[in-house]
Amino acid sequence: MSGRSGVAAATGAEAFSAELPAGRPTGWWGMVMFVATEATLFACLLGSYFYLRFQYGPQWPPPGIEEPTLLKPLVMTAILVPSSLPVIWAEHGIRRGQRWRLRCGMAATLVMGTSFLALQATEYDEKLHMFTMTTNAYGSLFYVITGFHGLHVLVGLTMISWLLAASLRGGGFGPRRHERVRNVAIYWHFVDVVWVGILFTIYLSPRL
Amino acid sequence: MSTTSTPSAGVGREDLERLAAHWEERPSLRAWLSTVDHKKIGRRYLVTAGFFFVLAGLSALVMRTQLGRPESGLVAPQEYNQLFSMHGTAMVFLFATPMLFGFGNFLVPLMIGSRDMAFPRLNAFGYWVFLFAGLFMWASLPFGAAPNNGWFGYVPLSDEQNNPGLHMDVYALGLLFLGISTTSGAINFIVTALKLRAPGMSLNRVPLFVWAIVATAFMVVFALPALNADNAMLFLDRRFGTHFFDPSHGGNVLLWQHLFWIFGHPDVYIIVMPALGIVSAVLPAFTRRGVVGYVLVVLAIVSISIISFGVWVHHMFATGLPQLSFSFFSAASTIITIPSGVQIFAWLATMLLGRLVLRVPLLFVIGFIVTFVLGGFTGAMFAVTAFDQQTTDTYFVVAHFHYVLIGGAVFPMLAGVYYWLPKITGRMYHEGLARWAFWLFFTGMHVTFFPMHLYGLFGMPRRVYTYPNIAGWAGWNLVSTIGSYLLALGVLLTIVGVVHTLRRGRPAPPDPWGGDTLEWSTASPPEPYNFPVLPRVHSLHPTWDARTAESTGPGASADRVLSGGRRTLLTSELDARQERAVAMPESTLKPLALAGALLLGFTALLLAWYPVAVVAALAVAATLAVWLWPPRLPEQEEVGP
Ligand code: HEM
Ligand SMILES: [Cu+2]
Repeated sequence: MSGRSGVAAATGAEAFSAELPAGRPTGWWGMVMFVATEATLFACLLGSYFYLRFQYGPQWPPPGIEEPTLLKPLVMTAILVPSSLPVIWAEHGIRRGQRWRLRCGMAATLVMGTSFLALQATEYDEKLHMFTMTTNAYGSLFYVITGFHGLHVLVGLTMISWLLAASLRGGGFGPRRHERVRNVAIYWHFVDVVWVGILFTIYLSPRL
Repeated sequence: MSTTSTPSAGVGREDLERLAAHWEERPSLRAWLSTVDHKKIGRRYLVTAGFFFVLAGLSALVMRTQLGRPESGLVAPQEYNQLFSMHGTAMVFLFATPMLFGFGNFLVPLMIGSRDMAFPRLNAFGYWVFLFAGLFMWASLPFGAAPNNGWFGYVPLSDEQNNPGLHMDVYALGLLFLGISTTSGAINFIVTALKLRAPGMSLNRVPLFVWAIVATAFMVVFALPALNADNAMLFLDRRFGTHFFDPSHGGNVLLWQHLFWIFGHPDVYIIVMPALGIVSAVLPAFTRRGVVGYVLVVLAIVSISIISFGVWVHHMFATGLPQLSFSFFSAASTIITIPSGVQIFAWLATMLLGRLVLRVPLLFVIGFIVTFVLGGFTGAMFAVTAFDQQTTDTYFVVAHFHYVLIGGAVFPMLAGVYYWLPKITGRMYHEGLARWAFWLFFTGMHVTFFPMHLYGLFGMPRRVYTYPNIAGWAGWNLVSTIGSYLLALGVLLTIVGVVHTLRRGRPAPPDPWGGDTLEWSTASPPEPYNFPVLPRVHSLHPTWDARTAESTGPGASADRVLSGGRRTLLTSELDARQERAVAMPESTLKPLALAGALLLGFTALLLAWYPVAVVAALAVAATLAVWLWPPRLPEQEEVGP
């Protein structure tokens, strides 16, 4: 292949668009590394929980605070963890070019995630009568860890509504263009998995 | 050995014009603020970090002047506290890591044969955040509100009761703010090195410097969250009444130390590792051969980055933790000297087997080896718990870590500055000035810090603003102070040398040293698009390899010109098989806007203007939404974030 015309032909916009995307794109790696560092952050917070707990003494939560009740957190889990399913369904859909699946899946997740946050708000409302962030270290851990996770749910929901809005605005996403969907999905799965760790730490471990 | 800067026949004039049209920026204020070019961003990192180094160095000079004679009253105790705290914090966080990020930014894309970083806009954002966070912290000093509790900010000294005022709020918020920059930069390095390597640059052909940067980036990803969690808790404790570190309400002060050192120990390697990468990059050019034992050195780099997470408790031998844990951590601390030793021996072997060309970069490498090995010896002494118990918090420690940090980071950085100055500026430096700078710096360093071992062993504690006239202390302290002025003179001469290079230096050829990595195959300074033809790599030393030159020369295959838009190639992670071409973003003001919104937010938090902080948070969200809104493109292609 010599001469300028050959070069131009091989490097024009069309030259590469005929191929299906091969390999993992940069955005995927970026999101995975971001999630890795966030996961480490949660590990540090949960580690701090156990550290303070074991330094504290036999009675945990400290006197004056009841053991956390399980019903509501289990319901919250039952809502949040399955909310990954519509995301997976939507992602598979858009890879086949089914935009309606992307839209429905995102909408479903949005509803589930929002209900989770609503339940968390009622949970806070009850707990705040009993203790606050400034009552003692237990209170600080409880609110900071669950609150920080709630913030992540909120960020995830923002990302999902943003995807929904972008896809409603007239496409853009399709079989060859779903990298963002995949990235948001990774983040959302991460938020779900972390919640399981929090459920164990905050709600189950004091009963062990 | 070296190629010419004029592109070869494989690329037509038309292609070159198109490349230039896509990548060049006409100088204007807007272009200056909105650029996403990794070379410009790298230069900015270097200059800004250098500026913070000078500020931190001036703080040190004031301290040394104060300590030059006993019972001196130049600075008050409160001021002295702020001086050493800002000095340490700035040297570690605002100089050492960002300086190495500067080298990484400039060099990694060039060394791996790419046109930019994986996320150029994120890169620009990281720089602005670094600049703003640095100014945020330094701005507190004139107000007498700078951090005043040492660079590791131990509670209970840093909690609200013992330390009222803004001091430690500046510390906690400043480091959180800066953490955003460091984390995004680290992720960018990892993805860049994984996906943007030139076709053919399989893992066993990646330059050692790039290995070092990537290992460092991984350490940042997994170590920095501990510091962030720590600082977030500290700020909540101080400002909003939580009790993480408050024993009277179930908290625990040692929690701070654990989290801090889980970060802090790897951080030593975060600082030293890329600097060692510089050494491995500089040596081949001045010994005329590749670094001996490439695979062993890579293994050493990787294993250091893993083991460094297991040794943090050696900073806490004086805290009364269970004895058994000491044995474990002592052992781990001793083991980590093995991979460090492997690297040192690899360099020594390289120098013994090669033909030495004693230019200034090599002088700094030799200065590094001498100094760093001495620092390593005293470090191994601390791994002995009993010795550590005696010397902790004396000047012996100050001597040790300056040997490690100046030896292990500043010497290699200066080697790197002189080595890549021709590439960065397109001009040669003045050899005589550079030699003077080296000898002043080297002598000054040892005259300053060697005596610290002595008066440390004589029992002089660190972090005291003055001391009584004790025999042994006073004389040696004066020697240290004189040394620090010599050292400062060396730094000054380096700055003069750099300015002289920019103004008067004679034009540099593309490859003045006969270096072995790809950056030397580009023009000096490189074109905005780095490579007219994206190279194909056939060996560990691509510029020494005729086949690489062919692959960018007349017979070059046309698919790697990519002149239709800002484009570069993605390759597979392990063996760097060509995957596809991707479009790279144009310059934009969004990174600056986002960093500005963050600066507003952190300032508002610091000054307790919470409504403003909320506004800033909304501005951050809005900027992000605009930034990430998918462009209307034909359906085929996704643009990197
Ligand atoms: C350039 C010449 C330098 C001089 C003259 C110097 C001098 C000093 C002095 C006198 C102290 C002790 C303060 C005290 O304990 O009372 C100190 C502390 C310290 N220095 Fe340097 N230093 C220099 C460079 C560096 C560099 C390059 C780094 C790191 C990359 C560094 C990191 C530190 C740290 C972390 C501390 C401890 C601060 C603390 O106690 O919290 N220094 N330095
Ligand atoms: Cu350590």
